[in-house]
Amino acid sequence: MTDTKIRATPKPRSPLAWAAMLWADKLAFFAALFLLLALLSALLGPWLLGDLATKQNLRGRNAPPFDVTRGWAYVLGADALGRPLLARIVVAAQNTLMVAAGAVLGSAIIGSALGLVAGYSRRRAAQWIMRLGDVIMSFPSLLLAVIVLYMLEPSVANIVLVLAITRIPVYLRTTRAEVLEIRERMFVQAARVMGASDRRIVFRHILPVALPTLVTIATLDFAFVMLAESSLSFLGIGIQPPEITWGLMVAQGRQYLTTAWWLSFWPGLAIILTTLSLNLLSNWLRIVLDPAQRWRLEMKGRKNGRPSAGSL
Amino acid sequence: MADHLLEVCNLSVEFHTAAGTVRAVQNVSWHLDRGETLAILGESGSGKSVSASAVMNLIDMPPGRITGGRILLNGRDMLAMTAEQRRRINGCTIAMIFQDPLAHLNPVYSVGWQIAEMVTTHGGTRDTAQARARDLLARVGIPDPEAAMRKYPHQFSGGQRQRLMIAMALACKPDILIADEPTTALDVTVQAQVLDLLQELQAETGMGLLLITHDLGVVAEIADRVVVMNGGQIVETGDAAEVYRDPKHPYTRKLIDAAPGKGAMPDERDRTGQPLLRAEGLTKTYGAFRALKGVDLTIMPGETVAVVGESGSGKSTLARAILRLDDPDGGRILYRGEDLMAMAPRRLFGLRRDLQMVFQDPTQSLNPRMTVFQLISEAWVIHSDILPRARWRDRVAELLVKVGLSPDMAARYPHQFSGGQRQRIAIARALAMEPKLIVCDEAVSALDVSIQAQVIALLDGLRREFGLSYLFIAHDLPVVRDFADRVIVMKAGEIVEEGPVRRMFESPRHPYTRALLSASLDPDPAVQAARRAARHLETA
Amino acid sequence: MTSFIGKRALASGISLIGLVILVFFLSRLTGDPTNLYLPLDASIEAREQFRDMNGFNDPLIVQFGRYVADLVRGDFGQSLQQARPAMEVVLQAFAWTLWLAVITMTCVTVAAIVIGSLAAFRVGGIFDRLATFFSLVGASAPDFWLAIVAIVIFAVNLQWLPTSGTGTPWHWVLPVAVLFIRPFGLILQVVRGSMISVLSSAYVKTARAKGVRTRPIIFVHGLRNAMLPVITVIGDQAAAILNGAVVIETIFGFPGIGKLMIDSILLRDFSVVLASIMVSALAIFIMNMLIDIAYAMLDPRIRY
Repeated sequence: MTDTKIRATPKPRSPLAWAAMLWADKLAFFAALFLLLALLSALLGPWLLGDLATKQNLRGRNAPPFDVTRGWAYVLGADALGRPLLARIVVAAQNTLMVAAGAVLGSAIIGSALGLVAGYSRRRAAQWIMRLGDVIMSFPSLLLAVIVLYMLEPSVANIVLVLAITRIPVYLRTTRAEVLEIRERMFVQAARVMGASDRRIVFRHILPVALPTLVTIATLDFAFVMLAESSLSFLGIGIQPPEITWGLMVAQGRQYLTTAWWLSFWPGLAIILTTLSLNLLSNWLRIVLDPAQRWRLEMKGRKNGRPSAGSL
Repeated sequence: MADHLLEVCNLSVEFHTAAGTVRAVQNVSWHLDRGETLAILGESGSGKSVSASAVMNLIDMPPGRITGGRILLNGRDMLAMTAEQRRRINGCTIAMIFQDPLAHLNPVYSVGWQIAEMVTTHGGTRDTAQARARDLLARVGIPDPEAAMRKYPHQFSGGQRQRLMIAMALACKPDILIADEPTTALDVTVQAQVLDLLQELQAETGMGLLLITHDLGVVAEIADRVVVMNGGQIVETGDAAEVYRDPKHPYTRKLIDAAPGKGAMPDERDRTGQPLLRAEGLTKTYGAFRALKGVDLTIMPGETVAVVGESGSGKSTLARAILRLDDPDGGRILYRGEDLMAMAPRRLFGLRRDLQMVFQDPTQSLNPRMTVFQLISEAWVIHSDILPRARWRDRVAELLVKVGLSPDMAARYPHQFSGGQRQRIAIARALAMEPKLIVCDEAVSALDVSIQAQVIALLDGLRREFGLSYLFIAHDLPVVRDFADRVIVMKAGEIVEEGPVRRMFESPRHPYTRALLSASLDPDPAVQAARRAARHLETA
Repeated sequence: MTSFIGKRALASGISLIGLVILVFFLSRLTGDPTNLYLPLDASIEAREQFRDMNGFNDPLIVQFGRYVADLVRGDFGQSLQQARPAMEVVLQAFAWTLWLAVITMTCVTVAAIVIGSLAAFRVGGIFDRLATFFSLVGASAPDFWLAIVAIVIFAVNLQWLPTSGTGTPWHWVLPVAVLFIRPFGLILQVVRGSMISVLSSAYVKTARAKGVRTRPIIFVHGLRNAMLPVITVIGDQAAAILNGAVVIETIFGFPGIGKLMIDSILLRDFSVVLASIMVSALAIFIMNMLIDIAYAMLDPRIRY
């Protein structure tokens, strides 16, 4: 063979190559680190700090931050009942992330499944699914959540349910658009010529190609759902005390705004940092998963690349 | 040293890519004078467009970088100029047109506006610009220029769009026109018209024309001198006719030898007995468009039938209908006497393995997320009766060798291969089914000439070895000349002429077949010059 | 075009009817409003009379039939809380929200387009990195938290601006500023992404070969093409505000439709809830039509 052609490097499959590309984008690296920390808090927080976070200490009411005389747990200050804020934030990570993860997972699975059907099948069912998506989209979602949660009781399961339903159209539309495009690609036609079944075409040929887009969207949507849950909790129709989430903590601190700003400030910061990290990571994913853009990250790890050659 | 109009001296450009730094061109030198046509000839990846992009200041930096050399316009070094000076030259002194004019015209502005913008950008008033745009539209042969001014690019045909690009490029009466593959996506008859127009306009204005192409035929038709590039370097340069007659460099020789349409044509075959496949009265409409208007076709066992036609002729619809990718609206398809249209799904599934397809663009027809092993063995996953799982690995290796690849490539992904290699993988995948008939839909059109010849040789060898039949869809007659037993010419959904290949090439009967043959460009400049002279006699 | 509007109106009308039915029954299930409106020591007779007067004693289906019959006559019912026609209450609140949306989205659109386009022109430059980072921060910030922080800083500590209410132009500054941040971050991202792909397109290459100056390349050749995906996001964000910037309106005591809806649900002021839904659905329908018209104006390839 004498073909003259520039060959691209193999797809990075090893964890090491992924880590190297993560390191190449410093912001994304720290975002990933922070998310890991949040995840650990969610998994281990209630188990490690559960008691400390609920221990009332009336002498330490609204204790100011950056004072470690009471112990490291009080470094961010204490709330109106003298409970250490840092410990409470760590413990609240579990509810906050669990609700978001549940809603994203639920809506992503249902939405993409419906999207696959709507995009691949030419039957009437596809039409009905799209109409359903439009109807959900035209609902004022927050209002709906308020009514539903006011009627049912605002438990974790109900909040996950309401949030999941409102996010289904996002995945439905994206998946359908992707499927409509991928379905017409030559390799799908080639599979049809070979006599591949519809199931094989959808799961072996279409879904793997659409998956990167869906993962990127889900990362972004995780941030969105977290904000929505915080808003509900803030309005008092989300998670109810004594359970805590970051949004609820902001709401609880609101009445002490003028005297003890830290009650609302720190949990809010936790929300911002988590959603920001998710956004940064999603941006990074988009570049990594796009073969035309990936060189920007791969270049930086190498010596022959110019260090200033572009960033995000 | 006498100043040339445009001179590129020892230009070197490199690009940063994922695979490391690529030297796109190294020490490239050429020059262009007033009134002459210089062609830069090369295959994909040869760096033939890079020096022109450098002249137009179109190289993105980074990732690109000019590492050395000079570009002299009337003796002044353009690389030493400010960005503003370069901008004033673009369009005004040197203009450029591109391949794929639909993508290169702004979709949201009217054609008249886009042509007039060229004039206003370089200091003309709006009124003169409008008037100039109108004149130019008339000059390049757009019907009803007044109405065309207000139309948008998507409302024109492919050939008209390239005329629009030419009109725009000439708006400021440039000294130099650079044309980057200006006719590559066009049908042969339209290609001939656009090349004619370029020659006429050059004679009128005396501009220098720099033509970048992969096509020896285009060089033969239009170029005075030629620069042959390979792997980022110039391998040969000289008078176009002389280079063709007496190529010095082995690469140039290889390129000329690979040009299709020169080999011996096969003799007529005996066509009695049961046909492998027979289509009768196929029709297909898309909305108001009638893509097939009753097409009949017969393929005998071991026979290669080529279907040739321009875009919109229905040739691809025919291929898809025969494979039942798009069911035809009417007619019958008989495979060994059984009607495919009336067949039960289960029976049809069994027949799928006998009828396989190789697509135009191997980049698109191979799933990017599957390894070569998975791609080839998918045939046996779907049709589990072909081969027991234990023998898959050996058989994949065998097939890879058969199509000229090495067995250790089985673990790689498609993007790690070149275009020609990918098409070999696609052929191996089709062979895994052990088919009787392979439909090749423009299977070699996207490949470079030298690769094209190799792939056709491969298909030819397989035909002999396995007794395969081919239905070979192509838009270009010379490609099918050495390979097909029979040729069918289609136009607007109908067959206009059909016959054995030798008869079709030596004594075409239908005027359209003759037009196709005369429009396809011969790589020999002498032949093209003779044809040109004949054409002028006809019109005179 | 007319048939297109007709089709869209029909689809929206059907989903609105569904929504009204759903909300009508769901909201009645939240309980009886009587106890919220009469004093604790009101007699059983008085309570019974209140229920009778408002028709809460009839079966739900009868109440619904009456509501529909009134609707047909153009009567949207009375607000329990304000003892005024519900539609009057809603329209008054909607006017406030409409102004809030218009002012905010105008600022957002202009700022996001200019900054996003300039960022896309030099990808990876210092301006691009700053714009990208801060827009990401903006898109990540919970608006209720921003509102609280803004109140602490500008209203409580610096005392430059009022904390809540309406009246002077100064009352608008904080709500608009806080509402501005999230859509700005989101739209800037879309503008930048869309602009990057447009600027690497073939027709921009042609414009460069024509010698067109940098600014017209960005704002004439690039922007009009890049606007198509941007417009969709602008529409979504504007719809979100029109649907009720509930949190912001609540925190700043802004008498908009979002606050009205929440209050009405909590106070079981059913007629007002339903009227609000219909008004905001109509507003969003009109806005979607405007978006579609803008699409067709920007891109000659689109015909309805």
